[in-house]
Amino acid sequence: MADNVYIVGTDMIRFGRFDDLGVPEIGAEAALLALDDCGLAISDMQALYCGNLGEGMTGQKILALIGQTGIPVVNCTNACATGATAFREGWAAIKAGIHDLVLCVGVEKMPRGMLVRRPAGFEPVPPEGLIGSGTMPAVFSHVGMEHMRQYGTTFEQFAKISVKNHHHSTLNPKAMYRKETPLEMVMEAEMIAYPNTKLMCSANVDGSAAAILVSERKARELGLMDRAVKVRASALTSDPYSERNLAMPDVNSATRLAARQAYDMAGLGPDDIDLIELHDCFATAELVHYENLGLCRDGEGGRLIDAGETALGGRIPVNVSGGLLSKGHPLGATGIANIYEVATHLRGEAGARQVAGARIGMTHVVGLGTACAIHILEKA
Amino acid sequence: MKMDTYSVMDSIDARGRQGATLYTHIGDDGSAWLEGSRCAACGTVYTGARTSCGRCFARDGLESIRLGATGKLYNYTVVYRSYPHIKVPFVAAIVDLDEGGTIKGNLVGIDPDPARIPFGLPVRVIFRGAEEAIGEQGEGFVAHFFVPASEGEA
Ligand SMILES: [Zn+2]
Repeated sequence: MADNVYIVGTDMIRFGRFDDLGVPEIGAEAALLALDDCGLAISDMQALYCGNLGEGMTGQKILALIGQTGIPVVNCTNACATGATAFREGWAAIKAGIHDLVLCVGVEKMPRGMLVRRPAGFEPVPPEGLIGSGTMPAVFSHVGMEHMRQYGTTFEQFAKISVKNHHHSTLNPKAMYRKETPLEMVMEAEMIAYPNTKLMCSANVDGSAAAILVSERKARELGLMDRAVKVRASALTSDPYSERNLAMPDVNSATRLAARQAYDMAGLGPDDIDLIELHDCFATAELVHYENLGLCRDGEGGRLIDAGETALGGRIPVNVSGGLLSKGHPLGATGIANIYEVATHLRGEAGARQVAGARIGMTHVVGLGTACAIHILEKA
Repeated sequence: MKMDTYSVMDSIDARGRQGATLYTHIGDDGSAWLEGSRCAACGTVYTGARTSCGRCFARDGLESIRLGATGKLYNYTVVYRSYPHIKVPFVAAIVDLDEGGTIKGNLVGIDPDPARIPFGLPVRVIFRGAEEAIGEQGEGFVAHFFVPASEGEA
């Protein structure tokens, strides 16, 4: 394949509630921040890849606000992997030699209240509450319960994930929530679907993030290599067939497949990774992904959180941004916000939450349906 | 819990009632069953009708079958918060059917307490009016539920 691909500019807005702003306005803000991060202008961009679920033609609407240059716009939706998919499309276009300077934006304004996974086809009666549950908390509680069944993992171990990520978020000025949540508080919060309490569910927020991708040739030409972050691997998978597939969405096999592909592409293994932003849409999800991403052997996820290995300062810090649980989870923005976070650590610019000496990092998102995207990044 | 509160397959009044899912079928005699498909090439059993196999990619040879009425509780969660009209808590269950296939449904006739619901619990598939779970919206529809196999016959 052609040239290496680098991130030269990236940023995100502080996640929150923006009732007075539209989706294009929120997205435009991150786009301008990312341009400013590398000193480029919208007129330098050769294409825009935009991830968003709620709006439609979002990329064009963003350009209408910041510069109608006539460039190609690709709008992506891929559930919670939407932002990462837009990023990957930009990466692929540079790899293919079609463009050498592109803008990727992820943005979402979240509906309030509970998200339900829409079943395929047209059921005579809405199945929620009748044929089990399709709410996200229930789906990811099944994920946790399966781990409990197989390995004896406990409610308390899942709750500790939330304690850790909420603690991390107190160090991140761009997180929606920045509050400590001691173990008792997490475990005694309203139970939504066992074993996920309210404080073990991702924070429902609005947000946006953006990244500017450049070919190596162009990055050198523009003198932007100093703070550049290399994309060493990009993997995107869909749900491979697995047992019980239709009754129980499977977030594990898609992640395992993507992890294998990403490690192969980078020529690296889990031991080479210094930090990870992974898809903690629920506390139960983070724990199973420790194993899916190869951070420990199967069944050891509970031990990993007990030992503090995934906390800031531990062997392999996970979600030092505060994660989806506390930084927040605006679906279309999340994938690129993860990339911003890891790139910021690799640049040594993460302030109080900086993972010391971070050289290589990983981002991971899973959208139910299922799409999994993994990127491995390295400081140039 | 007394089992006579639950309808069993042969006690549903078929008149005017519809299956709550696309794979719920009700015969003229009031009997109800769940439809599945079995792949002739690899034996995989799916819920509902299908024309090709997601596992071995066979494009034909899927036969329509009646899914079995007994199974084991593979996984579940107790749901405490759902939509406003839905009665909570309820047990959202995933059941491996003894004759093949895995289906979702509500486990009833058991205390919705995670400490008291064992994985692997043998269950039976029964059919009841959907309104019992979702109120008004379910009126006129029949859905499947699971009950512990140890519960007596009605
Ligand atoms: Zn087959």
